[in-house]
Amino acid sequence: MDFAGAYSPENLKFLMEGLGMTLYVAFFAIIFSFVIGCFAGVIRYMKIPVLSQVLAVVVEILRNLPLLLIIFFVQFAVPQISFFGIQFKFTIPVGAIIALTLFEAAMISEIVRAGLNSIPKGQVEAARSSGLGTVQTLWHIVLPQGLRRMVPPLVSQFISLLKDTSLAVIVALAELMHNAQIIMGQNHNYPIPILLLVAMIYFVVNYTLSLISRRLETRTV
Amino acid sequence: MLDFSILIEYFPDYMEGFLNTIQASLIALVGSFILGTIIAVFRITGIKPLQWLGTAYVEFIRNIPILIVVLFFYLGLPSLGARLDGFQAGTLGLTVYTSAFIAEAIRAGILSVPKGQMEAARSSGMSYIQSMLHVILPQAIKLVIPPLSNQFINLIKNSSVLTIVAGLDLMYFADSINGDSYATVSTYIFTGMFYLILTLPMSYGSHVLERRLAKSS
Repeated sequence: MDFAGAYSPENLKFLMEGLGMTLYVAFFAIIFSFVIGCFAGVIRYMKIPVLSQVLAVVVEILRNLPLLLIIFFVQFAVPQISFFGIQFKFTIPVGAIIALTLFEAAMISEIVRAGLNSIPKGQVEAARSSGLGTVQTLWHIVLPQGLRRMVPPLVSQFISLLKDTSLAVIVALAELMHNAQIIMGQNHNYPIPILLLVAMIYFVVNYTLSLISRRLETRTV
Repeated sequence: MLDFSILIEYFPDYMEGFLNTIQASLIALVGSFILGTIIAVFRITGIKPLQWLGTAYVEFIRNIPILIVVLFFYLGLPSLGARLDGFQAGTLGLTVYTSAFIAEAIRAGILSVPKGQMEAARSSGMSYIQSMLHVILPQAIKLVIPPLSNQFINLIKNSSVLTIVAGLDLMYFADSINGDSYATVSTYIFTGMFYLILTLPMSYGSHVLERRLAKSS
């Protein structure tokens, strides 16, 4: 084990660049998957015909596939398919964001649906009978209460997402784990120091997120 | 678009990877259940050093990517003098990673058993371990089954990281089939189907189980 060599300034800088890419990809994937997941969850909660059933199938398939497979598929298989003559090609970060968004949106849609379903039926009936429309009921009565209950599972899903960006090493996305692997390849004394450091970096970022979630939980309940 | 000759031609490869994935998942399931139960009991004994150890273990592992755990066994252990192949390192990493999540599920289950149960068992002369084994754990297990079945589905999906350490799992064979056939779309759609054969019935089963347990309680 060679801690001094492994933690040389260039190596640390290289790891920080990787962390930058990890946070960049995770940030966009979190935003997109949250928006898409919310829409999908609401559609399934409201049982909009056809759309709701199609989403149920898509969500169930995405949730039950390994993320590694989805990342690989988006990057290397999708560009080979022509959709009515149009072929999609992405740069590696964009492909990783799309794959993560698809998978996490499926997860988030289930969280949103469960959160909305947990609101007692009486709330909806009361709102409807006092003259609110379906959309108004959802927006003013069900969503505000449901969102509060969704915070803890949503944050733990975002933590998973941040960890899951490391799976993009399979398409050589230059994120934290990928850069760590390059450094570890230089010298057989590096793996343990580098893995410890990288683990600490992920831990600090994720643990901070989970502390914020706990703070929110105690404040809202 | 979907080329079924790939499935037929490379069926033996798919099968080998499929069986290895099942094998790794089953070993990791049993291992992580045992390890997870021990860690969960550590966290609720009330003995401070054990409690700290258990908490540190769970919080640390849950907040790092599985890839780090697997790479530790694959790249890190050799520099400490133990060499494991990809399958062993991958399965061991999978076990350690999953055990942290299982420990949390089991701890939540044990804590939800009313305190009076333990007090009653202790005052009728059972030791702490006896009351744990005969009174608390059998009641906790019912509450723990739904989250555990979810963890098992995650375990099967996570087993795909074995491919990064050349662990001969389904994803690894998919890669070699793809390298040989160049039919990326078909190769990976069939690979996905093999994963779904494992995970979809389990996911459906756990929904049914959850509903039934919710009704009975």
